[in-house]
Amino acid sequence: MSDLLFQWLRIAAPYLCAAAGGVLSERAGIIALTLEGYLLAGAFGAALGALATDGPWLGVAAGIGAATAVAALHAAATLRFRADQVVTGVALNLLVDGATTFVLRRVYDSSANSPRVEGFGSGGDLGSPVGWLALLALPALWWLLARTRFGLRVRAVGEAPEAATTAGISVARVRWLAVLGSGALAGLGGAFLALDQHKFSTGMTAGRGFIALAAVIFGRWDPLRTAGACLLFAAAETLQIRLQGTAAIPSQFTEMIPYALTIVALATLAGRAAAPAALGKAES
Amino acid sequence: MAGIAKRYGAVAANVEASLEVGRGEIHAICGENGAGKSTLMKILSGGARPDAGTVVVNGRDVTGWGTAEAIAAGVGMVHQHFQLVPTLTVAENLVLGREPTARGRLVLAPALAEIAALCERTGLVIDPVRRVGDLTVGEAQRVEILKALFRGARTLILDEPTAVLSPPEVTDLWRVLRRLRDDGGTIVLITHKLDEVLAAASRVTVMRAGRTVGRLATAGATPADIARAMVGRDVALAARDAGADALATAPPRLVVRDLAVADAAGRRVVDGVSLTVRPGEIVGIAGVEGNGQTELVEAIAGLARVRGGQVTFDGADVTAWPVARRTAAGLAHIPEDRHARGLVLDWSVADNLVLGQQHRFTRAGRLDVRGIAAHAAAQVAAFDIRPGDTSLPARALSGGNQQKVVVARELGGGRDVRVLLAAQPTRGVDVGAIEAIHARLRAARDAGAAVLLVSADLGELLALSTRVLVMYAGRLVHEVEGRVATPEGLGPHMTGAAA
Repeated sequence: MSDLLFQWLRIAAPYLCAAAGGVLSERAGIIALTLEGYLLAGAFGAALGALATDGPWLGVAAGIGAATAVAALHAAATLRFRADQVVTGVALNLLVDGATTFVLRRVYDSSANSPRVEGFGSGGDLGSPVGWLALLALPALWWLLARTRFGLRVRAVGEAPEAATTAGISVARVRWLAVLGSGALAGLGGAFLALDQHKFSTGMTAGRGFIALAAVIFGRWDPLRTAGACLLFAAAETLQIRLQGTAAIPSQFTEMIPYALTIVALATLAGRAAAPAALGKAES
Repeated sequence: MAGIAKRYGAVAANVEASLEVGRGEIHAICGENGAGKSTLMKILSGGARPDAGTVVVNGRDVTGWGTAEAIAAGVGMVHQHFQLVPTLTVAENLVLGREPTARGRLVLAPALAEIAALCERTGLVIDPVRRVGDLTVGEAQRVEILKALFRGARTLILDEPTAVLSPPEVTDLWRVLRRLRDDGGTIVLITHKLDEVLAAASRVTVMRAGRTVGRLATAGATPADIARAMVGRDVALAARDAGADALATAPPRLVVRDLAVADAAGRRVVDGVSLTVRPGEIVGIAGVEGNGQTELVEAIAGLARVRGGQVTFDGADVTAWPVARRTAAGLAHIPEDRHARGLVLDWSVADNLVLGQQHRFTRAGRLDVRGIAAHAAAQVAAFDIRPGDTSLPARALSGGNQQKVVVARELGGGRDVRVLLAAQPTRGVDVGAIEAIHARLRAARDAGAAVLLVSADLGELLALSTRVLVMYAGRLVHEVEGRVATPEGLGPHMTGAAA
């Protein structure tokens, strides 16, 4: 039984981290379409970092660093140069996918997999200490948004940037910090993924960033509801894996469960009424 | 402020503008749209830098200061479009930008006490833990004023503060402003409404085309004096003209029966409304905003889904008709939000003038570019739309001229208008344009249109309406002949107090 529980939480961990990044970015008004890229960059950075230094924690740091660097590109493009958030997000996801494959081939002469990463070894039931951090990410973000000055400012700039400006707040500064934080959080999720699977393989995030984004929307941009949504999606995936053994249903169908659930969850949610009002709009 | 000049691109917003306001004074600034009032106030409150001229506050030269410095010096602006975050509470909005914290954590308790004291002192009563998005417009304005005072403003600039308020709220606002003045505060009031100038201010500065053209004491001045200074000629102020009742026996042109409209949450925002409008009649709908007027108009226009009831034009049941078919049947609609519903702001004036009637200017699927241009030139001349360059985007026009574009499209160009829905037709529009728009509404009426007029401006309703209906909580609660209606008589019905 606890086996099942920990399998579920290990699947949930990357979602929880990426979704925390998504909530932070979107509450500040920046569409979190790049979560997929942050996750992948985080996984890649973690694998390379851990292989190069033989230290899993340095791998985690490298993963966070890599994802934050991608976030900095996103922030520079959308905030400094006012590029469209959706176009930039899609482009960065493609860029990360291509760049990780390219570097993987250059460094390890493989187009698919890195060498085995030792990671945290046994690491306990969650696979690694990073898993516990992942479980704390959204509650911590809730506290940040509700109880701190920075959180109040994030909520203000995502909802009414002009009002925030008249109140003397630098909208660009708050958004920069939110996007960088978003990259760091999602990067942590990517690092967990690579260390948990003891390798980096190309495209290993397999749409997890988009499912995390769906969890943010399904969670109505509220950190705690979003955590619930992540756990729900992770439960569907756990179920899918458990069903694979049973021959009754073709695996092609069981593999669809998490994605189908995502679509159903989003379609049954009425509109985007809870979205931050300034989401996706460049500051005028 | 003296000799202020400010240009935005090719447009000179201020030329030789000046303003002098004494401490402890309520001072009004009047002028048509685009006269440069808001620009001048932006410069005063630190939101813009002047190209020339000097700004002196309390004897100190502060020319070119920024918002933060202005706030520090006690100059606060109450914006026409509230600068509030709707998802935050009143208290959070007030502290935003200067949040009290202990090691990064918000500490709101002392601020709450301070806010309570401020409410007490000014008479601006509001519960600080309510979400701003849940407040009425009048309450939100209180928050906006409190925000400026909370930041230590001693000089308050209010931009069109009464545009969105009901009559009792306006009375309340004047009470609060007088109290602030008596406490030594200084108030600068931008307004279009001349009776307000006389009611609230002791002196008035009049601007025209970016210049200050007059400064007079309100004691002894009449609305006509101020209007003349604003426009530079005599203006016919909204005089009562309920129209001829020659057609009073004609069968009704617009009939609404038991109409019900629900909002997204399923609440009945229009709840069993029945009314009739005869040809040659203007029926006015009074009421505090948000009582179902918007939804009523949208249901008649075919924009909102109807839950129950019926709408007929000249006896034909149009309830299920799409907008285009209603338009073809002679419906004209001046929507209340010209930016959202009335215009495509980035389109040219010429294109906006055929919006919704493009089929009249199309040949085999191809736009008749010459026809559109000729139509635009004719409408711009007929409705005195300025500037007259029809290739400019609608965004570049002042509010009054944008509204003229909407009115010209709906009423001009030889359309046979049978039913006219006019929602807030002169909101945020200057006196000159109000005069022109009122004349057009009367002309439509005299040509036999059935006109349904929704307005937050009681003066406008009383000036134009044959009959006035009062809408409250989705229902029509009162009806009175236009010629005997008074604000005092309508007020209690508008707030539900008479029910």
